[in-house]
Amino acid sequence: MSSIQDVQKEIIEEFEILGDDKESTIFYIMELGNNLPSFPEKERVDVNIIKGCQSKVWLTAKMEDDKIHFLADSNTDITKGLISLLIRVLSERSPKEIIDAQLQFIDKIGMGNIIGSQRSNGLAAMIKQMKLYALAYQAKQNA
Amino acid sequence: MPINIEEIRNQFPVLHQEVNGKPLVYFDNAATTQKPKQVLEALQQYYEMDNSNIHRGAHTLADRATRYYENTRSAIQKFINAKEEEEIIFTKGTTESINLVASTFGRKFIGKGDEIIISTLEHHSNIVPWQMLCEEKGAILKIIPINDAGEIDLEEFEKLLSAKTKLVSLVHVSNALGTINPVKRVIELAHKFGAKVLLDGAQSTNHLEVDVQELDCDFLAFSAHKLYGPTGLGILYGKREILESMPPYQGGGEMIKEVSFEKTTYNEIPFKFEAGTPNIADVIAFSKAIKFIDDLGKKEIKKHEDDLLEYASDALKDIKGFIPVGTAKEKVSVISFNINGMHPFDVGMMLDANGIAVRTGHHCTQPLMKRLGLEGTVRASFSVYNTKSEIDQMVASIARIAKIKNK
Repeated sequence: MSSIQDVQKEIIEEFEILGDDKESTIFYIMELGNNLPSFPEKERVDVNIIKGCQSKVWLTAKMEDDKIHFLADSNTDITKGLISLLIRVLSERSPKEIIDAQLQFIDKIGMGNIIGSQRSNGLAAMIKQMKLYALAYQAKQNA
Repeated sequence: MPINIEEIRNQFPVLHQEVNGKPLVYFDNAATTQKPKQVLEALQQYYEMDNSNIHRGAHTLADRATRYYENTRSAIQKFINAKEEEEIIFTKGTTESINLVASTFGRKFIGKGDEIIISTLEHHSNIVPWQMLCEEKGAILKIIPINDAGEIDLEEFEKLLSAKTKLVSLVHVSNALGTINPVKRVIELAHKFGAKVLLDGAQSTNHLEVDVQELDCDFLAFSAHKLYGPTGLGILYGKREILESMPPYQGGGEMIKEVSFEKTTYNEIPFKFEAGTPNIADVIAFSKAIKFIDDLGKKEIKKHEDDLLEYASDALKDIKGFIPVGTAKEKVSVISFNINGMHPFDVGMMLDANGIAVRTGHHCTQPLMKRLGLEGTVRASFSVYNTKSEIDQMVASIARIAKIKNK
């Protein structure tokens, strides 16, 4: 499996091809959302909603073979696309890898300018929640 | 005289820019309108030449600033045809105007078991102050229902009225849907039961001729920033005898007649309700916004805006997946809509990518959205400086966006 750094590099290259046209970039992000694996209906509950997102975002995490497996969904297509990027980078990693991950791709592709400040705050909240899950699982491993 | 759109647009510096590489199309006018350069120049002029604290100043600058400040009060009196200038109170916005009435009129005249009537169309700022008051006083909040088009049900309203009704607080024009409410009839009916009526005029004073004497409303609340004026300035109109019967709002300077540690007596209206140094610069600059509207004439402004509304409604209705929200017979130039299969946030962001500014979400009307079974809408609202070619730009974008999920 590629490293977190390699996956980030791939994403940056993909966005470079899109160029400066904001509309095509947003269309592309929306398309990425289609790659998300389907989210189990029974997990679509308030306790899995990430606080701090304007759109609704559900996130679950499970540990299998020492790797964290994230599943997520949203009620808006653009947010689904953003989640799919985070899952591509952070899912199926060890808690330590997730905790240590520096997510440069967000700044490198100028995500702030693409999605605006409110959605950027939401994106930060998603990352924070994923790292919190990693911390919790790491604590469990060390217990 | 029909309006000259190019001449008008030249008065608004902010409109002449590109956003995301496209010419800016500003269709978020129901949130706030842009400001003509006369308003911007008045702000600068005040700080460069006239800055001074008003009332009681013993020098020329204070006298000049006071005169300009009070001139705006008089301009607003004429703008809404109030009987007297003293009936015009400056606040920081529609929200504060409503809260002022809730805190003063409400504190004195609303008690346990009394009823306040609002409608399903209200903005949160015309819901929450009354909920807070009802909770404190043990009063009851009653809601006028609406039909699916977004119009209030007058028959149901009549049934809600009784001797217990102390106040009807109603939005004149819905911010989320653009519905124009039949406020004259509402006021007549409410008065038969001895209830007072507050009109939330935040979205009406910029589109319609609002004559408080003709309507006979007891209060009117509105904001300068939706009328081409500065932010942070609101107006509360109230009938003299009611304002005089109300206790003061905030304590401080300006609102007193005489202060001693034993007892303070209060100033006359409007100053009784204007404690502290007010928003002098913005009040003064607002007179230029009123002049801008008066020079064009509300009738001509409305004609232009209605024309844009009709043009846009016509062009949008055939787009596959376009769902209009709020189809009242009487509407101002607001189009609320959804695209089948898409979240309003996403639609708003894609329009922004094309330089088009709209508002998305619940528009601070969550109970209305719940009634309509929606999470939110996309809202495009047109103003006097908007053009048909801007609408063409929006319609083309919406058609492209709608296609994603509606092939």
